[in-house]
Amino acid sequence: MTDSKYFTTTKKGEIFELKAELNSDKKEKKKEAVKKVIASMTVGKDVSALFPDVVNCMQTDNLELKKLVYLYLMNYAKSQPDMAIMAVNTFVKDCEDPNPLIRALAVRTMGCIRVDKITEYLCEPLRKCLKDEDPYVRKTAAVCVAKLHDINAQLVEDQGFLDTLKDLISDSNPMVVANAVAALSEIAESHPSSNLLDLNPQSINKLLTALNECTEWGQIFILDCLANYMPKDDREAQSICERVTPRLSHANSAVVLSAVKVLMKFMEMLSKDLDYYGTLLKKLAPPLVTLLSAEPELQYVALRNINLIVQKRPEILKHEMKVFFVKYNDPIYVKLEKLDIMIRLASQANIAQVLAELKEYATEVDVDFVRKAVRAIGRCAIKVEQSAERCVSTLLDLIQTKVNYVVQEAIVVIKDIFRKYPNKYESVIATLCENLDSLDEPEARAAMIWIVGEYAERIDNADELLESFLEGFHDESTQVQLQLLTAIVKLFLKKPTETQELVQQVLSLATQDSDNPDLRDRGYIYWRLLSTDPVAAKEVVLAEKPLISEETDLIEPTLLDELICYIGTLASVYHKPPSAFVEGSRGIVHKSLPPRTGSSESAESPDAAPSGAPPSEQPAVIPTQGDLLGDLLNLDLGPPVSGPPVATTSVQMGAVDLLGGGLDSLLRSDVGGSPAMGGTGFTAPSAVMPANLGPPPSGGLGDLFDLAGGVGTLSGSHVAPKTVWLPAMKAKGLEISGTFSRQVGAISMDLLLTNKALQVMSDFAIQFNRNSFGLAPAAPLQIHAPLAPNQTVEISLPLNTVGSVMKMDPLNNLQVAVKNNIDVFYFSTLYPLHILFVEDGKMERQMFLATWKDIPNENEAQFQIRDCPLSADAVSSKLQGSNIFTVAKRNVEGQDMLYQSLKLTNGIWVLAELRIQPGSPSFTLSLKCRAPEVSHYVYQAYETILKN
Amino acid sequence: MIHSLFLINSSGDIFLEKHWKSVVSRSVCDYFFEAQERATEAENVPPVIPTPHHYLLNVYRHKIFFVAVIQTEVPPLFVIEFLHRVVDTFQDYFGVCSEVVIKDNVVVVYEVLEEMLDNGFPLATESNILKELIKPPTILRTVVNTITGSTNVGDQLPTGQLSVVPWRRTGVKYTNNEAYFDVIEEIDAIIDKSGSTITAEIQGVIDACVKLTGMPDLTLSFMNPRLLDDVSFHPCVRFKRWESERILSFIPPDGNFRLLSYHVSAQNLVAIPVYVKQNISFRDSSSLGRFEITVGPKQTMGKTVEGVMVTSQMPKGVLNMSLTPSQGMHTFDPVTKLLSWDVGKINPQKLPNLKGTMSLQAGTSKPDENPTINLQFKIQQLAISGLKVNRLDMYGEKYKPFKGIKYMTKAGKFQVRT
Repeated sequence: MTDSKYFTTTKKGEIFELKAELNSDKKEKKKEAVKKVIASMTVGKDVSALFPDVVNCMQTDNLELKKLVYLYLMNYAKSQPDMAIMAVNTFVKDCEDPNPLIRALAVRTMGCIRVDKITEYLCEPLRKCLKDEDPYVRKTAAVCVAKLHDINAQLVEDQGFLDTLKDLISDSNPMVVANAVAALSEIAESHPSSNLLDLNPQSINKLLTALNECTEWGQIFILDCLANYMPKDDREAQSICERVTPRLSHANSAVVLSAVKVLMKFMEMLSKDLDYYGTLLKKLAPPLVTLLSAEPELQYVALRNINLIVQKRPEILKHEMKVFFVKYNDPIYVKLEKLDIMIRLASQANIAQVLAELKEYATEVDVDFVRKAVRAIGRCAIKVEQSAERCVSTLLDLIQTKVNYVVQEAIVVIKDIFRKYPNKYESVIATLCENLDSLDEPEARAAMIWIVGEYAERIDNADELLESFLEGFHDESTQVQLQLLTAIVKLFLKKPTETQELVQQVLSLATQDSDNPDLRDRGYIYWRLLSTDPVAAKEVVLAEKPLISEETDLIEPTLLDELICYIGTLASVYHKPPSAFVEGSRGIVHKSLPPRTGSSESAESPDAAPSGAPPSEQPAVIPTQGDLLGDLLNLDLGPPVSGPPVATTSVQMGAVDLLGGGLDSLLRSDVGGSPAMGGTGFTAPSAVMPANLGPPPSGGLGDLFDLAGGVGTLSGSHVAPKTVWLPAMKAKGLEISGTFSRQVGAISMDLLLTNKALQVMSDFAIQFNRNSFGLAPAAPLQIHAPLAPNQTVEISLPLNTVGSVMKMDPLNNLQVAVKNNIDVFYFSTLYPLHILFVEDGKMERQMFLATWKDIPNENEAQFQIRDCPLSADAVSSKLQGSNIFTVAKRNVEGQDMLYQSLKLTNGIWVLAELRIQPGSPSFTLSLKCRAPEVSHYVYQAYETILKN
Repeated sequence: MIHSLFLINSSGDIFLEKHWKSVVSRSVCDYFFEAQERATEAENVPPVIPTPHHYLLNVYRHKIFFVAVIQTEVPPLFVIEFLHRVVDTFQDYFGVCSEVVIKDNVVVVYEVLEEMLDNGFPLATESNILKELIKPPTILRTVVNTITGSTNVGDQLPTGQLSVVPWRRTGVKYTNNEAYFDVIEEIDAIIDKSGSTITAEIQGVIDACVKLTGMPDLTLSFMNPRLLDDVSFHPCVRFKRWESERILSFIPPDGNFRLLSYHVSAQNLVAIPVYVKQNISFRDSSSLGRFEITVGPKQTMGKTVEGVMVTSQMPKGVLNMSLTPSQGMHTFDPVTKLLSWDVGKINPQKLPNLKGTMSLQAGTSKPDENPTINLQFKIQQLAISGLKVNRLDMYGEKYKPFKGIKYMTKAGKFQVRT
């Protein structure tokens, strides 16, 4: 007798028949009928019409029948809310049943009935169950709170269930603790700001104790929760790690990976010199290797995570190369991941083995895999210089196999090898040329054409080869057409006499017969170049190319750090932060690795606060915004930034063209004018500026401005030396270094733009992303003459604070986009907060006292300023230069107390108490502010000003 | 957490669905079907499939796709481990896990699934506890139930669930008290053309079948525990004791369970028990190729290698093969190009050999890929890593149990390249 009989239907109305059976007097018949109903439900048939009849069966002593009816209720209550009310009484009664199994079952089921009307009736029974004497009921009730929260979050908060749930974290039963943590985590996910899992050393201790005793699933929840905790110092981190390490030997792979996450994260805080650090590294390898012998799906998830781990800490698995060798019957998704990790682990020590393997893979059946294997050989050559030769010869062997797709992939990677090691392996070109005819994929054709053009002088019949491609020019893909055009121009520049006709032909094909604007433009540019100045053309077209970098597909370090915090989650499988793909994640909190802190250091810096829990109250002046990057990318760089220009009207007049950006710096009295001067740091007003101190690269005029700048510092705040913000490598030759300054109430960004490319740059424009204090350019970027190669221009960009505001992390982060004729470049920089301290930041004494008292104590932050051998008066005058005003000075028990005030551009007041012990170089700084998140940055400003 | 579960058979029918939260329309499986189509083979369907509103995580077991639907960020391993647990539970309950059996027991399946998860949180996944909650169907019980009207749902709180040993039920009673341990090692290896080992590792497990009365406390010690540096334990094992003394000390669950699994890595020298000599040549011009393989024992510590089975996926260009084995049976399927040879025992005096010719597609050049030979074998009474149990003791109970330990070595993924 099997259940399949429930699926057989009679021709007469099935529902009708079931109805009759459900109302039968015989218990057995009733149960059979309910079973039939459930069976129909599981295969997706609609049996909701039977609702009243099924609910009638609920009042029964038969546990199985009760369970079956409950199953039915959960499925259909939503569609019949009015009917579902009928069930409430039974639930309430069952919650009082002497049998804990029934109590638990009732509380479990009622949470699954997603009907608003019902949930209200369930609060009382739930409250009782949360405090039930039986832990089995308590743990079921804990989950029920999460269910209820999903249905009606407000109700749960109003009824105080969240607090009860928090109390359950301290329950004596580990199972209850685990479920409470799981429920809280789930609720917290939909309320990132609620600060539900407020972890402190005590609660952490409880979790760690429960960790040893609860079920495997509970361990996962607890470990994931632990990973959000931020230990206060390395000692605490180590002790947590020690207690988590045994989990690495768990049979459940999810437990193992969650433990790995906790360890990877907390390891960041441990000093590398520690013995324990080395032990931990060694302990991490075996469990990761073991994950790879599990089922393929588990392997896949593990491999995606290992991919992150080897990028972050390659030393963990560097000796385990062999476990990533591919078995021929691995599923394709496992094969591709293994291959990726093999390349990441490839080093001089193991390259021979790796290459032998890759060569083996290149003869496998699966085309995608073979292609990737061939590419991997090329990546090895680029990564491990010593192996390049062997890689090239392996690739040549593969080309000899004449397997079409292998040859094509090989040619594509050989092109990259040429880029990395120019003038080293050109002997293979002959072999490549033999396979010209078999290339039918655009990428391979383009690569081959590039090689021919690049080495045209060594290939005797280069012109013939290129000509043969030219025949079918219009049928080629754009990629190939562009490459062909460039290659022929290169050829012409190298062998002008024989190829004039060819170049004419390709130029006319590209400019006259093509609809593709890119192709046409490139054609015209070449044409113009060749016809006006062949020497310049040579310099442009045959310019030396920068070498390609070692590894092209590494995950960007900040993203990598964030992803390490998400080991074992979907984010780690997709290698994207959850904010990029998880739906309904309202304002996902960005996680970050903990900073390395010694136990001796002050633990009060805001960094030490759990990053998973942002400050609960945001001041109104700084609206929170989830999307940090999006805006910058959508920036329209075309029109200049609007906003009232601050004292820069003259800059915009055409007449100042003559002086270029130089006048600008005069007006803005730029003190950090040249790096050499910046090095002297804070320039005292009396300092005499020798004109030859730092001749700026822009020419003689600059000296004059610099001198003027020196004089202009009379009332200026401290200016940091310029640092490189945008290295030339990242911006196609444009290097930008700069600093921020504030002079007489005007903020400016002093920039040094250097053209390190071989082409002229022009059409500069700048824009800022929305930022915490609304910094925005007050005038367009004025660079009048195009910037010639190797030329540097110095410019001071006036800023105002009327731009749009969005809270950034860190607070003083500024994301900038700079455009020129070549491209748009993005960089971000941190500005010192003291450029935002306004001149009227001096508070009245009475006011100061009242405000100090008024601001709650929890807003007070304390910092230490070390190694600053200044007297109180010197400190006071130094700070005043940067608009930090001393309101009062007192001497208490031999210590000098300075009471200071400052005001930010957005009107936030910061009050400070600076305690100076004469003779000791360390000061204690206490800051009070209504928006405590600025305190840390104010402290940084103090540090900078005082130490320069 | 886990939202819903769909069971899909290989012809693409959803034959069971279970929702632990709100109902998710089965149309979400369309994304799964798309991925399935793209993957050509069932084994190659990616385990994680994103859809606009949900994520589908699936495992493919016993020709059934178990597709879990999740909506928020949930650790994927957690979901996959859980799906494995579902498969194991079905197998435990019904002996086999197949579409027919699941359909035959649909109500029990539904009840079991309901007990395993609550609102997506795992509730009871230990088979000991589940069986107390919902009794597995047996013919006898079904008959008794029908006659007496009793049910197969337990009405007691599963006692183990709250004790300090949640994996063991209380009040266990046996007339014959016995404890059996099987040390089973699978050797995974890749051997290259010339016969040298590229990589070899051992995946070992100790499976136990313990039927002991009361609350026995067992200790198991090894002759050479140093071999075990990478181990995963059943939750019952006391980790501290292992760390300090290298002794397994535990109160076992009742019945069958996996006590421990271990991994002996490629860095330790792994003995390879068999070798394969092969000579496969596709001649370029003619339409005939030569094929010969010989299997022989290598490091077997004097034990017999049995259950030997050789399979190989031949290249597409091979039309047919005419081979003669010195022993055993062989087949070649000209459609799938799968060659399999059931060798049986290896007699070291007379090595099994399979020899003959391949007819190749005329006019084509030699195939791009080389076939890989897949080997299966078994060696009784041998743990190839050298692991040996020293002694097994029982504390806490007075009776004398019957103890037994068995060793076995098997081929895992054992591949020989040609």
